[in-house]
Amino acid sequence: MTTDRPTAPVPDQEDHVDDPQPDRERPVRRATDSEPDHAFGAPPAVRARGVSKTFGSRRSQVTALSEVDLTVAAGEFVALIGPSGCGKSTLMRLIADLEAPTSGSLEVFGKPAARARADQDYGIAFQQAGLLPWRTVAANIALPLELHRAPRAERKQRVAELVELVGLGDFAKSRPDQLSGGMQQRVAIARSLAERPRLLLMDEPFGALDEMTRERMQAELARISLETGAAVVFVTHSIPEAVFLADRVVVMSARPGRITDEIVTGIGRDVVRDEHLREDPAFFSKVTEVREALHAGPVSASGAHER
Amino acid sequence: MLRAAVLGVLGLLAVAGAWEGYKALAPEDGVVVGDNRVLPRTTDLAMPHVWDMLQRLGEPVSSLRGAAPLWQVVADAVLVSLKVAAAGWVAGTAIGLLLALLMARLRLAEWGLLPWIVLSQTVPLIAFAPMVRSWGSRIEIGGWEWPAWMSVALIASYLAFFPVAVGALRGLQSTDRVHTELMHSYDAGWWATMRRVRLPAAVPHLLPALRLGAAGAVVGTVVAEVSIVYPDGIGRMLVTFAGQASGDPEKAWAPIFGAIVLGLVAGGFIALLGLLLRTYRRGEAP
Repeated sequence: MTTDRPTAPVPDQEDHVDDPQPDRERPVRRATDSEPDHAFGAPPAVRARGVSKTFGSRRSQVTALSEVDLTVAAGEFVALIGPSGCGKSTLMRLIADLEAPTSGSLEVFGKPAARARADQDYGIAFQQAGLLPWRTVAANIALPLELHRAPRAERKQRVAELVELVGLGDFAKSRPDQLSGGMQQRVAIARSLAERPRLLLMDEPFGALDEMTRERMQAELARISLETGAAVVFVTHSIPEAVFLADRVVVMSARPGRITDEIVTGIGRDVVRDEHLREDPAFFSKVTEVREALHAGPVSASGAHER
Repeated sequence: MLRAAVLGVLGLLAVAGAWEGYKALAPEDGVVVGDNRVLPRTTDLAMPHVWDMLQRLGEPVSSLRGAAPLWQVVADAVLVSLKVAAAGWVAGTAIGLLLALLMARLRLAEWGLLPWIVLSQTVPLIAFAPMVRSWGSRIEIGGWEWPAWMSVALIASYLAFFPVAVGALRGLQSTDRVHTELMHSYDAGWWATMRRVRLPAAVPHLLPALRLGAAGAVVGTVVAEVSIVYPDGIGRMLVTFAGQASGDPEKAWAPIFGAIVLGLVAGGFIALLGLLLRTYRRGEAP
């Protein structure tokens, strides 16, 4: 990834899940029923029931996910957090139908995941921006619209809206290699929003950014998710990031990958995500709560099985 | 641009200077170690002066009345060979690209075809040039006869398709995973992914392959002209004029210059193509 502005390597001061900390005895407080009530009978954005995923041949099998139950309500922001190898990325990839579950049932808006993918019910952003280097910013954002044969005029208008939404109005004609890492990631987020999906899947989209850019991007994503009202499944390594953004933090542990805890942040959608929130004692106490939940599970000794 | 031009001229002058310097300093009979001559003779017969060679280009090709100047005859032959080589390059590139697409589409095709494609290049060109000619001379559809130049172009394409097939396949397989997964998430089909992601991403691999293909087409054309006995091109002229070298040593060098120009034109064309496709070469070292 190229950066056009000099970004001094900022030491990562965040709480990372693989920080060595003594295990503390802590009863697993499991949200008894995270099933949201959908008064109008609208199906939840994601409903996973007993989903398992194993990789590898018969001889050397790795269980990436074991018996995962997860429901994400429409419009809900859910962060998946856990040590390397806990299967949080795998879970997201299953929802995206980039992988198929080995067992269990997985529905996206009440449909099988493959059907939801074909219907373009979700938008996706990865850790790498994954922009096509030969396309301009505008053409990159237009890619999904172009593939699904949106009329030219509509395409143009939508791209203009999105470029403004992510604050890249002056860069519509730039190429990805002329942008910094943070700007590239903003283009990727704009692209994921192009078809107004009701569900956003994000796999550590800010993982490769420096701390300052990262905090700015978090605030922007919070604003965008509020504006679009889409449900978000957000995979992250960072505890403050998860608490800052999410309505609910889903804590996972490795070997086998499973959900060990769920913490409702209690920070309402209407609360402005800004510097004040980061310094709020309530925010700190939630960060502490998530950290304790993470260390309650067996801490992965090595990151041997990423994903 | 100017810098490159100046460097190019300096390079030419350096070669001419080395030629004349060796001619002036080395013994007439060359350098002989035991029975082997390790450095060539410097007689005017073996190494004519640079200016004599250039002067000869301006003189008539033969003593016949009304003979065209030598440079013009050479230029005509270069043009004929260039057309044939271009036809061979286009055909070879098309075949190479189709094979690469087929191999990228089907794993089975790659396993089945790639070894044969590699094997095809181990057959020496000279071996089957006469066969191509004799097959060609038997083809006659209606009033149309297979012309000799098409046999030459066929052999040129045989040398050109190989680097294109291999290079394009490599390029098509070099697509970033994040891009293919993105296209999968868009439910894009094989052709949409090919057109929008895999083909553009293959360009940085494809250009060197096309350059090798062009070089192959030029070499194939010159060699095939000789072995098929196709009289109009530069290849045949190289042999004919070399035969007259004992009486007219400077004349033999003219088609050699012509062949060099032929190669430069082919290389320049590919450079131009690279310029046209520069959007797809972002991220490549300049």
